[in-house]
Amino acid sequence: MKYVDAVQVQKRMNFRLIVNTIAKIIFFLSTVFGLVVLGILIYRVFSDGIGWINMDFLTGKLSTDPEKAGILGAILGTLWLMVVVAPVTMFFGVGTAIYLELYAKKGKLRSFIQTNIANLAGVPSIVYGILGMTVFVRALDMGNIVLAGGLTMSLLILPITIVASQEAIRAVPNHLGEASYGLGATKWQTIKNIILPAALPGILTGAILSLSRAIGETAPLVVIGIPALLIPFPGSIFDKFTVLPMQIYYWTLDSSLVEEYAYLASATIIILLLVLLLLNTTAIIIRNKFQKRY
Amino acid sequence: MAGAMTAIPQAEVKKRANIEVLRTLEQEKEVVFDTQNLNLWYGEKHALRDINLDIHEEEVTAIIGPSGCGKSTYLKTLNRMVELVPSVRTTGVIQYKGKSIFDKSLRVEELRTQVGMVFQKPNPFPKSIYENIAYGPKIHGIRNKMILDEIVEKSLRGAYIWDEVKDRLHDNAYGLSGGQQQRLCIARCLAIEPDVILMDEPTSALDPKSTLKVEELIRELKKDYAIVIVTHNMQQASRISDRTAFFLDGEVVEYDRTDVIFNEPTDQRTEDYINGRFG
Repeated sequence: MKYVDAVQVQKRMNFRLIVNTIAKIIFFLSTVFGLVVLGILIYRVFSDGIGWINMDFLTGKLSTDPEKAGILGAILGTLWLMVVVAPVTMFFGVGTAIYLELYAKKGKLRSFIQTNIANLAGVPSIVYGILGMTVFVRALDMGNIVLAGGLTMSLLILPITIVASQEAIRAVPNHLGEASYGLGATKWQTIKNIILPAALPGILTGAILSLSRAIGETAPLVVIGIPALLIPFPGSIFDKFTVLPMQIYYWTLDSSLVEEYAYLASATIIILLLVLLLLNTTAIIIRNKFQKRY
Repeated sequence: MAGAMTAIPQAEVKKRANIEVLRTLEQEKEVVFDTQNLNLWYGEKHALRDINLDIHEEEVTAIIGPSGCGKSTYLKTLNRMVELVPSVRTTGVIQYKGKSIFDKSLRVEELRTQVGMVFQKPNPFPKSIYENIAYGPKIHGIRNKMILDEIVEKSLRGAYIWDEVKDRLHDNAYGLSGGQQQRLCIARCLAIEPDVILMDEPTSALDPKSTLKVEELIRELKKDYAIVIVTHNMQQASRISDRTAFFLDGEVVEYDRTDVIFNEPTDQRTEDYINGRFG
């Protein structure tokens, strides 16, 4: 007698195939769910805001009069913020990841640090705002300038960057490092020439995600006290500034007073999405350029 | 494999052995690695016990033995790659050309420049063929493009792969076949102009045809280098090596000229192993 009975297999076959199809449908539906919600959001935003976008809106200064209001200041503020956040986060994030993955001895201290980094990634962003307020704005007496906001934002996204970079470094096969050591390379030469280039696409993917988060984040900057009012365009990292999500926040908040502010907020969301798209595309192009080399 | 051995008439074997002995007496090659009472632990595990072994210049020394017998560990100790495992502890002496490799004055990067290594799995860098070869010289400070070009060509010729890759030096090394990749790795090793080449089962991931090519290459290379090769394949050891060491449970059971090991081993365990009775 055979253990795999043909009749039994036949009987169960229909059931197995149905389960198989149900599984596929469930996964398809979960994808559709996200897409539909996103679609509705984009439709609402665009139908409200697209009519308000024109050259004056893009190049104008902030104004309490909805007809005159422009958001160039906020666009520039967001870009200046990235000028601080991107290099600071990349340097400290990748640096920490290299230390933890390639230098630190496996032990209690390392796993303590590791656990805390993972925990920090879950701390509410407003807490980072309080930290930034205390340290950068007050203790270091910077005031609410781009540098202070950028450093705060860097702290916020640092844990994500570290964890993503660690994953990327860990994914580099050991035998590549061994080959380099075997040729008499020092540890730093091996990291610089072999491990980092191989990990770079993964590191950049993490960086893209975390920078996107920094671009859209509002709460920490609210705590730091970014002015919602008319200020000159920021020209350097030492100027006062506002950013796109802040502008969305204030306009949405005040839409009960002036109805048109809601449309301005929608228009600003569109601009924010475009800026995100632009920055992400740039990062992806850089990443693909590095991937091509291998 | 026992069949291949017994196919040679006993008298012929004796004759060959005598010739070997005569040749040995005539010109005993210089010792490059002199291992004395080497012991090694991975944490609590005693992986190598009282190893005493001489590696000679211009010879192929094969290390055979069953899995987990410590043969790879010993090989990696010779260029101190074994220290990449954090829990490793060693006692005893290994002298490389009369100087202890554990001496603080000998930097490990220096040792590895003179003692190159080829790994079990072909492990080219994810770079072009040219960059793979030029990597070693570059990290040692050679920047001149003309010198680098020359080293690349010489190394690739040395590993008999030049004709296959000369038209695509700037293509990704991952586009090569497994056998070509392994010869590329040997060429990469030649590029740092070592004196000794350590090979850790270099053909275990290759098909028979590529294996033969690598073996031919090893036979050529021994004219200029001392080669230590760890292998699972006993026919390979008998084909290419001058001396063979049989490792078992972290000890050297027997170490002698290859023809002696394969024809008249003194230890019963060696005989059992090479006749395929275990391992």
